[in-house]
Amino acid sequence: MAFRNFFNSIEPHFEKGGKYEKYYPVYEMVESIFYTSSAVTKVAPHARSFVDMKRIMTYVVISTIPCVFWALYNTGLQTNMGLSNIASSDLEGWRIFILQAIGIGINPNNFFANIAHGFLYFMPIYLVTLLAGGLWEVLFATVRGHEVNEGFLVSSMLFALTLPASAPLWQVALGISFGVVIGKEVFGGTGKNFLNPALTGRAFLYFAYPANMSGDAIWTPVDGFSGATSLGISASEGFETLKNYGITWSDAFLGTIQGSLGETSTLACLIGLCFLLITKIANYRMIVGCLIGMIGFSSLLNFIGSDTNPMFSMPWYWHLVVGSYAFGLVFMVTEPVSASHTNLGRYIYGALIGFMVVMIRVLNPAFPEGMMLAILFGNIFAPLIDHFVVMANIKRRAKSSV
Amino acid sequence: MSQTRKQLLIDPLVDNNPITLQVLGICSALAVTSSLNVAFVMSLAVIAVTAFSSFFISMLRNYIPSSIRIIVQMVIIASLVILVDQIIKAYAYEISKTLSVFVGLIITNCIVMGRAEAFAMKNTPIDSFVDGVGNGLGYGLLLMCVGFFRELFGAGSLFGIMILNPVNNGGWYVPNGLLLLPPSAFFIIGLLIWGIRTWKKSQVEVREYKIQTLEVH
Repeated sequence: MAFRNFFNSIEPHFEKGGKYEKYYPVYEMVESIFYTSSAVTKVAPHARSFVDMKRIMTYVVISTIPCVFWALYNTGLQTNMGLSNIASSDLEGWRIFILQAIGIGINPNNFFANIAHGFLYFMPIYLVTLLAGGLWEVLFATVRGHEVNEGFLVSSMLFALTLPASAPLWQVALGISFGVVIGKEVFGGTGKNFLNPALTGRAFLYFAYPANMSGDAIWTPVDGFSGATSLGISASEGFETLKNYGITWSDAFLGTIQGSLGETSTLACLIGLCFLLITKIANYRMIVGCLIGMIGFSSLLNFIGSDTNPMFSMPWYWHLVVGSYAFGLVFMVTEPVSASHTNLGRYIYGALIGFMVVMIRVLNPAFPEGMMLAILFGNIFAPLIDHFVVMANIKRRAKSSV
Repeated sequence: MSQTRKQLLIDPLVDNNPITLQVLGICSALAVTSSLNVAFVMSLAVIAVTAFSSFFISMLRNYIPSSIRIIVQMVIIASLVILVDQIIKAYAYEISKTLSVFVGLIITNCIVMGRAEAFAMKNTPIDSFVDGVGNGLGYGLLLMCVGFFRELFGAGSLFGIMILNPVNNGGWYVPNGLLLLPPSAFFIIGLLIWGIRTWKKSQVEVREYKIQTLEVH
């Protein structure tokens, strides 16, 4: 184990009294990528598990791979299709320069051209997220003397996937800074945040720079190109008109539609969900609750009906595939820290979010998309739900013991 | 009198600030700080009301029966607020429209009532007046700080004078829309409290709980 020996040889420098004592968090971060922690419990209760936080976080990052892959492909596809109407002499920008220089081109029918073009949009956003957020993370870890936490890798990946491809990079940096500092670090870091940091940052950008984060012109990063999201079309004209725009249910399910980078494909999210459920990282109760809440309330609204609001008639299987419902359901609702911690509470928490999504989408004219706000709303209610579940349990047991 | 008048005036600015330490008057601090002009007029209004209400209540303090003292205090405060409201309407009509109900709501501002109850009922009129000015200034100072950040980064201007040229005016600065919404003042006040308590350790409250660490033996 030459690799282990290498760590053993440099470890003394980072421990108390060593030369690089200050940088212990950085050392610990690199070491624990390869090896499980050797720390053991010293006082009772003793519990053993190989699933530590690092493994959980790594699994979540792995589960986003289908979404990342789809983000690359669909962003490239939408961009290349948007560019195909523009004369080749008018094409400009460093991305197109690179693509043409290495001979891939911008043909929307070419699979690799789409992936490459999407890569050139996704990568800068993701790198800026990692850099800006990582800076804050390391700063807080060093000042407070705790270890750098892998939770940040998840937050930054999810944050990047929820952004539109045309997001200006300085806004990306500002958003993740807000998410990491106000959403997480001021409360004491990972495990103590009651809001989802990625969504906090996303919500900040949504309210601070609405022109860059919502509307019809931002989803495909082509100048002058306007393409409404399927949710936007549904809100203004009704979901039946989607087929006039060439969007079928299976398109929306597969994800060849306008939308944020990683949120368009329900299929990719569901693959991630399977992985999370099999590895038991995600708790199925919240998923079930959220589906019940969404299906129940949207069916009720279908039944009530409305002559003026076309969203009333949108069936649940459309709610599932448009907007960021699937992405939020898989990666945000299941986030264990900001969710409820009791089993009954998890059903209620999920159902509350599912209900609120439909509520905001259908009944609130100000925001076409409701998943982000619904989840933050659920986050705030999670401790209250837990409180009542625990109290009910105490009451029930006190009664039965008489 | 243990405190000198200078202390009465200076203490509420940072050491005993009504907003950041006592966390009073938050509601109006959220509502009127989106531009400095408005925040400035509001600060003046609160300073005037706090100072004169403390002054008059202190003058009457020996004649106010304890059982109805809140009502008497409210009558004095309300009369002053109506006076201030009328003056603002007469001399700064545009700003009075932006301030709308918030001048009237000075009546319910906890700072005014708090100073009347906690200080003016027990001290001489001049001391009470100085204390009222000090607390009004503490409130105003924080309002101006919050207003500074909100107007500068939310609209790119200070006192209505353009500093950062916004994009829709042909400039380069992209205004941060969140800062024009009242909730942003929460974040700014929170960060200011964080900053002040890092600077003045004595303001940090004692924790009601203890966080367990891994190194417990």
